[in-house]
Amino acid sequence: MSKYVQPDQTGHFGVYGGRFVPETLMHAITELEEVYEQAKQDPEFQKQLDYYLEKYIGRETPLYFAEGLTKLAGGAKIYLKREDLNHTGAHKINNTIGQALLTKRMGKKKVIAETGAGQHGVATATVCALLNLECIIFMGSEDIRRQKLNVFRMELLGAKVVSVSQGSGTLKDAVNEALRYWVAHVEDTHYIMGSVLGPHPFPVIVRDFQSVIGKETRKQYLEEEGRLPHAVVACIGGGSNAMGMFYPFVEDESVRMYGVEAAGHGLDTALHAASLTKGKPGVLHGAYMYLLQDEDGQIQEAHSISAGLDYPGVGPEHSYLKDINRVTYTSVTDEEALEALQMLSKEEGIIPALESSHAIAYGFKLAKQMKQEEGIVICLSGRGDKDVETVQARLGGSEHE
Amino acid sequence: MSNNRLATALKSCEQNGEKAFIPYIMAGDGELSSLKEQLLFFEQQGATAVELGIPFSDPVADGPVIQRAGIRALNNGTTLKKILEELVSIREDVSIPLIFMGYSNSILAYGIGQFVTDCVKAGIAGCIIPDIPVEEEGLFAPIQEAGIHLIRLVTLTSSKERIAEIAETAQGFIYAVTVTGITGAREAFGSEVGAYLEQVKEISPVPVLAGFGISTPEHVRSATKYCDGVIVGSKIIESLEQNRKQDIIELIQASKKQVQQ
Repeated sequence: MSKYVQPDQTGHFGVYGGRFVPETLMHAITELEEVYEQAKQDPEFQKQLDYYLEKYIGRETPLYFAEGLTKLAGGAKIYLKREDLNHTGAHKINNTIGQALLTKRMGKKKVIAETGAGQHGVATATVCALLNLECIIFMGSEDIRRQKLNVFRMELLGAKVVSVSQGSGTLKDAVNEALRYWVAHVEDTHYIMGSVLGPHPFPVIVRDFQSVIGKETRKQYLEEEGRLPHAVVACIGGGSNAMGMFYPFVEDESVRMYGVEAAGHGLDTALHAASLTKGKPGVLHGAYMYLLQDEDGQIQEAHSISAGLDYPGVGPEHSYLKDINRVTYTSVTDEEALEALQMLSKEEGIIPALESSHAIAYGFKLAKQMKQEEGIVICLSGRGDKDVETVQARLGGSEHE
Repeated sequence: MSNNRLATALKSCEQNGEKAFIPYIMAGDGELSSLKEQLLFFEQQGATAVELGIPFSDPVADGPVIQRAGIRALNNGTTLKKILEELVSIREDVSIPLIFMGYSNSILAYGIGQFVTDCVKAGIAGCIIPDIPVEEEGLFAPIQEAGIHLIRLVTLTSSKERIAEIAETAQGFIYAVTVTGITGAREAFGSEVGAYLEQVKEISPVPVLAGFGISTPEHVRSATKYCDGVIVGSKIIESLEQNRKQDIIELIQASKKQVQQ
């Protein structure tokens, strides 16, 4: 593949992305773009970021050879990129620490963020506690009910959690309300977008901060195997861990890339979150991207057992990578993800997040079909402690019978 | 474009020394079958044009009142297709200029080409798309090419240079947002708002109308000191909800009193 330079000057990845926002926000996102460009060139900023990544978050994270899983699959070697070992238990904090440092740089004192299951909310509240920033988290009322513990976690960390009952009371409504709040408080507030979504420059900023995943993986795999992996696999909701994993490999033509969406109850039902597989392009939350929508353009609810994949759109860069066929996008059902979660727990002693279990499920299938001398990396984006209750409820008492 | 109904209506306001008054209603809030009656009411009361909301599931620029109206409209089964069909069927009976206010996804999902064709049939004079800045107008160029005004917004956070850039090729009127926030009521009219409106007015080659947060006759009088008219949304919807038509009449009158008293 030739040199990959995306997005263009106006924040478009091909036709996707852009800045579909009310005029009130244009000043803030232009300012953010300028500050980010300066920060990228500033060795002091990089030094500060590296310091927190190492000392606070615990990077670099291991690239772990999953021997048990590999034997079970009987095909390609399976490596796991252990993002579950980051502070707060997932990749989300790679981005929030970077954006919190940008907030400081802009001289803003307040941070807002949206959260679905609460992982991005916790990661945001954490860095705000660390850097003395006021923090307000918008969360759907339905999600608050389902994720009481994470709400308490955020409050312990000093954040204020605002319940959003508009619309369906879930993640997309939390983003709407956070955007509305931002429009009204744009002078002193930064919005820490949690995924590779939103108006330009957010998809670029989040991708860049998450790219530490792919950069480390590339280096570690080369050290371990003396070559590049044959394939990398990551789960996709909005798409931040996948973009972080894929981006450093985009120009390595030999490396196949697989993005795994949540098929929920199945693609032939209405209950899934497979925006790339089943959606069509449109505008939501500031960007042109693949979306789950009806004929009238109304945004539809996404469904997945994993709250982190439960979003009706997918980042503009993924939309672009799909159209140019650089990444293969596929999907995995709730059922398959649950099986993968149990399999990894038993084979490797690692309980993966339900989100990451989608990547495990597909990666396992993929490895099976590959040769033993080949190798793949699966992004283990988060740990599963937060999901134990959901899994228990879903499996019911059957395990004890 | 001189035959654009909105341009003509704004011109006649100017010639009569009046200020423009544009109410906002949500299409399908209270059944589409009552749309004609609603439009005729505003026409008879002397409104300059009507801004007609297209209900959308995720209206990020709107406050609670308009959000609720949108949900009611969607629950009534309102779609853009049905709105356009209704407008075509009542076109001969309604002469007040109509401006669509809709989010970009509603228009893109309909298909921009079909949207423009059907808007022309329905006699739509202008479109306001609150979630696009000038940078993203490209996808919507066929609207302007069909002689329908694509109305641009400026806000309190827009720099002077940016206002100039937006105003330079503006059509219809400039929609000057008078709150840093979403649609809905406000308390008083800050002094900085007057200065801002004057600044926009100075730069703009087309009329300047103030909107967002204008909810009392006093607001209407304050705003129109500095610009060419006002747009009132949430307050109109609330008044319709509570069947307080007198409140609406007073708001419209407030835009006219300077010349009539």
